[in-house]
Amino acid sequence: MKTIFERPKTLLEKPFTYCPGCHHGLANRLIAEVIDELGQADTTIGVGPVGCSVYIYEFIDIDFVMGPHGRAPAVATGIKRCLPDVLVFSYQGDGDIAAIGTAEIVHTAVRGECITAFFVNNAIFGMTGGQMAPTTLTGQQTTTTPAGRDPLRTGHPLRLGEMLGQLEGSSYLARVALTKPNLIKQAKEAVRRAFLTQQEKRGFSMVEFLSPCPTNWKMTPTDAVDWVDKEMKNVFPLGVIKDWKEGVHVH
Amino acid sequence: MKKILMKGNDAIAEAAVRAGCLFYFGYPITPQTEISEYLSWRLPEVGGVFLQAESEIAAVYMAYGASATGKRVMTSSSGPGMSLKQEGISYLACAELPCVIVNISRGGPGLGNIQPSQGDYFQAVKGGGHGDYRVIVLAPSSVQEMVDLNYLAFHLADLYRNPVLILSDGMLGQMMEPVVFWEYDFPELPPKDWAIQGKNGRERKIILPLNLDPREMEQVNLRLAKKYRRVEEYEIRFECFGQEEADLLLVGYGTSARVLKSVVRKGEKQGLRLRLLRPISLYPFPSRVIKEEAQRAGRVLVVEMNLGQMVEDVTLAVGDRVPIHFHGRSGGLIPTVDEILEKIRFVLKSEESS
Repeated sequence: MKTIFERPKTLLEKPFTYCPGCHHGLANRLIAEVIDELGQADTTIGVGPVGCSVYIYEFIDIDFVMGPHGRAPAVATGIKRCLPDVLVFSYQGDGDIAAIGTAEIVHTAVRGECITAFFVNNAIFGMTGGQMAPTTLTGQQTTTTPAGRDPLRTGHPLRLGEMLGQLEGSSYLARVALTKPNLIKQAKEAVRRAFLTQQEKRGFSMVEFLSPCPTNWKMTPTDAVDWVDKEMKNVFPLGVIKDWKEGVHVH
Repeated sequence: MKKILMKGNDAIAEAAVRAGCLFYFGYPITPQTEISEYLSWRLPEVGGVFLQAESEIAAVYMAYGASATGKRVMTSSSGPGMSLKQEGISYLACAELPCVIVNISRGGPGLGNIQPSQGDYFQAVKGGGHGDYRVIVLAPSSVQEMVDLNYLAFHLADLYRNPVLILSDGMLGQMMEPVVFWEYDFPELPPKDWAIQGKNGRERKIILPLNLDPREMEQVNLRLAKKYRRVEEYEIRFECFGQEEADLLLVGYGTSARVLKSVVRKGEKQGLRLRLLRPISLYPFPSRVIKEEAQRAGRVLVVEMNLGQMVEDVTLAVGDRVPIHFHGRSGGLIPTVDEILEKIRFVLKSEESS
């Protein structure tokens, strides 16, 4: 019998502890699949952050260093400068990468650091219980915007990918969602392209996953998936934001 | 061995290279910027990496990442910049990652000024970051010691898998003195089998400054505490200077101790019997010897370039049987030999009449 689907070797045999309906598990799995396919499990180091994303070290069978709030890109920079031939990635949520760690991610991209950032955007602070994030949508209710986010008081949603796209040091930037099988396939291709960008030493790469947070959005998992498709995608359009293949940047 | 006239900041940078440190991450701030400037050309020359970070915070975490790979790494800063690094120092301590951190301190608090001061003693010695941790703190008082103690710092950092802080100041960083770069020859250290470099066929490793289970977290803290007790047993360093049978014990470190050496010499000529005890390691603190010397002299004067910080540790060491006096200048001022001698005469007179 031909095996057509199995657990990636690099994904540990351990049930995910993420909330039901959250897409961290899917994102973890895609990263593990691509690491397997590139044959890089022995030569990859992950840098974990804080928040729900921190648990990635529980599930992917590679060396990990955990950093603090927002600093994963700086930690990854230190690792990469010491071990230029190792694949280094950070895995961060929106509070981590787009609020407390904005300076670190911007300057890592500015330097064209050959690392990959995986950015899981659920438009909310997850682990601390659903407060407003920089990516929270206009009008979205959170525990710190109980009447809905009002841009006049709290600013507008931050589109990090587009912002980093302005920088010469960034080489591959894509935004993906995991709400439909075809989108999951596109997401996996983006993960592969991001790692290839790094392997070819072409500078900074980032993949942003739009992810539901049914727990803090107070929705059923299916409603949360619909909300990603209907609301989040309008503010955070899917697609490749920048690709060195189009001749934009060679490190 | 050849003596070279060198600025303190340049000497500490060169010492790092000779101690085998090939990675430096920093951010410019006066009066320590020459360390970065020196290493910006020196490290590439020996195949190392110099990187000017976007902030003090990023710099300390780049060092954290580099240390996790098992490489020798240094970062440096001054006053306000050190405050920003404190979170990272707590993480380094929790993850047990070796790293040398240099503070060429200046006047504060706040933005303060760029003159030499010892106002960062509490922050350095008591731990400016969060949680239950300790950092080994060494305090040079000459340009030669900027070299000697930086060599030692790299050795101790690896030996104990702990951050080591050099607490110096703008005076020592900016002054020039002849120095000798002796050959770096410390005993060999065990292999860094904890470092992460990619699995390469072995079981994966995780450097994890996190423990959600309070019982396990307590075990981590107890393990760290055990290490700190070992540091306290083996790594106390100090220097004694002046008359063995003295009427007054002076205690000071760094630049203050330089001034105190002149005080002892000038005082001798004026018939005063003085002894100086200079802590070289501020953590671990030489409490026992300070207590013994204090009891022998019968009275103590602590001199600092702040309004009274180390004097608290001296008081803890000595207890209340021996009178302890304090003289401090703050804001970037250095106490003069004559003002200290005047204070000494006042102390001796008041002790006589009491």
